[in-house]
Amino acid sequence: MQASPLQIEENFISEKPYYEATGQEIAIFEAAYQNGLPVLIKGPTGCGKSRFMEYMAWRLKRPLVTVSCHDDLTASDLVGRYLIKGGETSWVDGPLAAAVRAGAICYLDEIVEARKDTMVVIHPLGDDRRVLPMEKRGELLRATPEFCLAISYNPGYQSVLKDLKQSTRQRFVALEFDYPDAGLEQQIVIKESGIDTELAAKLVKFAVMTRNLKGSGLEEGASTRLLVHAAKLIASEVTPGDACHSAIAQALTDDPEMLTAINELSASLF
Amino acid sequence: MLDRDEIIAQLDQWLEVEYTFLDTATLADHLLERDADSCRLMLDWTRRIASTQIPLAYEFTSRVLAQMEQLDAALIESWALHAMDAYDRSGLLPAMALVRDVEQFQRYRREKAHGVRLEEHQAVLRHFVHGLSGRKLEIEGAAVGDESLWGDSETLYLPPVLLTFDDRQDNFQLYKVMVAMLWAQTRFGGFRVDLKRLQQLSPDELALFDCFERLRLEAWIARELPGLYRHLLHFRGEMSVIETEEPWPEICRQLSQSDTTAKDSLRLLSAYSQLQALPSPPYQFTTHANGVAAVMAARIEREKARFKVALNELLPDSEEEQNQNDSPRLSQQQKEESTLPEGFTVELQLDGKPLPPPENMRQLLSSILLDFGELPPDYLVPAGAGDYDPKLLNEIEADPDAVWLGTYHEEGAFLYDEWDHGRQHYRKNWCAVREKTIKAVDDNFVEQTRAKYHSLIKQLRRSFEAMRDEDKLLKRQSDGDEVDLDALVEALADSRDGSEMSSRLFTRMHRSDRNIAVLFMVDMSGSTKGWINEAERESLVLLCEALESLGDRYAIYGFSGVSRKRCDIYTIKTFSDHYDDEIRARIGGIQPQDYTRMGAPIRHLSKILNDSDAKTRLLITLSDGKPDDYSDYKGDYGIEDTRRALIEARRTGIHPYCITIDELARDYLPHMYGAAAYTLVERVEELPQKVADIYRRLTR
Repeated sequence: MQASPLQIEENFISEKPYYEATGQEIAIFEAAYQNGLPVLIKGPTGCGKSRFMEYMAWRLKRPLVTVSCHDDLTASDLVGRYLIKGGETSWVDGPLAAAVRAGAICYLDEIVEARKDTMVVIHPLGDDRRVLPMEKRGELLRATPEFCLAISYNPGYQSVLKDLKQSTRQRFVALEFDYPDAGLEQQIVIKESGIDTELAAKLVKFAVMTRNLKGSGLEEGASTRLLVHAAKLIASEVTPGDACHSAIAQALTDDPEMLTAINELSASLF
Repeated sequence: MLDRDEIIAQLDQWLEVEYTFLDTATLADHLLERDADSCRLMLDWTRRIASTQIPLAYEFTSRVLAQMEQLDAALIESWALHAMDAYDRSGLLPAMALVRDVEQFQRYRREKAHGVRLEEHQAVLRHFVHGLSGRKLEIEGAAVGDESLWGDSETLYLPPVLLTFDDRQDNFQLYKVMVAMLWAQTRFGGFRVDLKRLQQLSPDELALFDCFERLRLEAWIARELPGLYRHLLHFRGEMSVIETEEPWPEICRQLSQSDTTAKDSLRLLSAYSQLQALPSPPYQFTTHANGVAAVMAARIEREKARFKVALNELLPDSEEEQNQNDSPRLSQQQKEESTLPEGFTVELQLDGKPLPPPENMRQLLSSILLDFGELPPDYLVPAGAGDYDPKLLNEIEADPDAVWLGTYHEEGAFLYDEWDHGRQHYRKNWCAVREKTIKAVDDNFVEQTRAKYHSLIKQLRRSFEAMRDEDKLLKRQSDGDEVDLDALVEALADSRDGSEMSSRLFTRMHRSDRNIAVLFMVDMSGSTKGWINEAERESLVLLCEALESLGDRYAIYGFSGVSRKRCDIYTIKTFSDHYDDEIRARIGGIQPQDYTRMGAPIRHLSKILNDSDAKTRLLITLSDGKPDDYSDYKGDYGIEDTRRALIEARRTGIHPYCITIDELARDYLPHMYGAAAYTLVERVEELPQKVADIYRRLTR
């Protein structure tokens, strides 16, 4: 298959993404969407936040514009900027502006990583005004009812400096995500990778062991995503020990002692 | 190769024959029997050990020469270091015994080749046991002389060295199996039993009980950790004949049920009290009921108090009052949880709605469940913090001075290695460092200094403010937020002109932050008494004023001490403290103390500095002379240890710098800090003005 360019606002999700609800999140998101309320998604890495967004985009039949925020992301990166073409300036929409125009769902992943000035454009979009100020063009872009703003952040590991401000968080309907409970997690691993129940149960148990280590040497335990990775490797005939080592242990830490300990834990199970 | 006389002369010097009257001639003869390399090696070791202890060096060299055929250089080195460590730790007699005992020597050789030391793997094993579920257990080496394997429900005691197998990997795996067994004992109800009854058992009965317990926990491990169980079977070896005879198969069957606790073992003990225990596998543990009972009693009391107080904090305020009158509205509910071996966890409920506990409480809860197998109902009555002895609720930090009242002077201290220049090796855990807080003195010192240097402070502030990192608009960038009109006009003109058009047509906001953390380490030795101390304090005031306007993170610590057992660090300002009246009064309170042992403070403060995540980390020492301590820390020894500590600091990415007023500094500071990493301020009265200025130049 050839990779083909796709305008971000045309990114409709055509196939139903696999998603297991852990609570009322689907109903709440839908209700928020109907009422034009922005949504804040909290939760540790790899617990299914992005998958949930894909699922909702599919369910609501809107294109999904995902922006991964980083510490150099500015308001211009979101809204757009002038470029010079053949001696003339021309305006290019940023992903947020494109999403507002197309009535898409705009998902700003790890919002606290972005620079502070991005809040200037998020705030008016996030409250009942629902407008995007385009300062450089001297325009206000009014969002249609189809447009939806969602942001995510991980309250776990960010530094104090990067906490989400009250003025921002109080504009959003918040959904809290956590790793699914053992039975559901096992089911997800099976569904995503096709390994058998017994192996999946062991993998989930192994994930719980690494989560026990959070705070005593590990920043985070293994996420559901890592479990799925390991399970996929196992399904492709990698031994469980090697799969846990490469897909989970090495992904969690560089500390040699911790690595040894995690490998010994997986060796104890398989 | 040296000749006989030269060797004797050297030995005479190192072994101080003038006073010790050791027979160096015989030693020299023995040395000459060896080839040149061995001779050189042994001379080197003689010199290095002699710098620590002369008779030990003599004994060591004589012994090693006598059986040189069996030894290689690496073994001699490790043996020598081992002997010196023994000397550092326990004194001359044990060290001598170690050197003299040939069998020990052989055992040590074997240990070196195949043995596994707990010390090397303690961190890994600790992570391992923390990863398994349940209470966070600690791992420690068993006391010397007590080789039994046991756990007290909080700490697991393992043999310090394992030599069971001739293979390092096997020995390590055995450690792992031991840890897992002891973990299983705590995890699967090994202590949920009448401990008094256990205390009364005869040694034979206890051995049988331990054997039952082992069988019971093996079955648990087979279910919970199948991979580990395979290793365990490997160590267990062939099943003995007795084991296949009745009643053992029946006992095993009963103990392999999925819901057993130690009570079942005790029940079987009454039924089969005449039975002889099975032969012990290498991971057979024992139960020290006395030790367990004491630890458990203390923990249960502590956790009950903490749980109830935490519960109280968890309740909404209004509930508290209602609770006084109404019956408690808290309840518990068993919730299914398939990942846990019990198959359930306890959920707290308030008025029938789940009440999710915070992380610390969740740990308490799981620890309580381990002790009782359930949450006792009286735990659900919340209590105020005032109802309990605060000692139960918080770990109370020991007063650093209090340890001197006792006999064990290293308690609660940070231990650091020290470089022994003569030995060319570290002395392990040699210095005991303690952090103390300086007594604040409110004598207006800071106010006076501020008044005295009024205009200088103003000037400093101005120059420091200029260094502050402001956001800069970068022009002519190839990519950026806005069009750079000047550049665009020029570029268009260029293109009309026929020359190539520049692509750098944008402006971009550049935000960089001065990511600097600096730690000032102030010499508080007795020699600073008088105007040096005053100049140091004044310098600190000016520095603080300047740094406040700059916004760099900074901390100030003083150091001084007497001997290696008492290296004191005086906290004046930590990185998180604000420069307020308290800190100002502490600066006023800096008083000259004792000596200057510099290595240990540098190592300790490097650690503090490295905890800050700043990109650039500076360690600046304000000093008035060479490192110098009571008795041993003088001359080259002190200088070399300090140099070593600075090299270690540099290796972790710290930039050390020294500001001194010692006129002789040029003789030793370049060696310690490097030629460009120090400044000598020749006139003490200039120190306050210079220090801030030096900092400015350093970080520009």
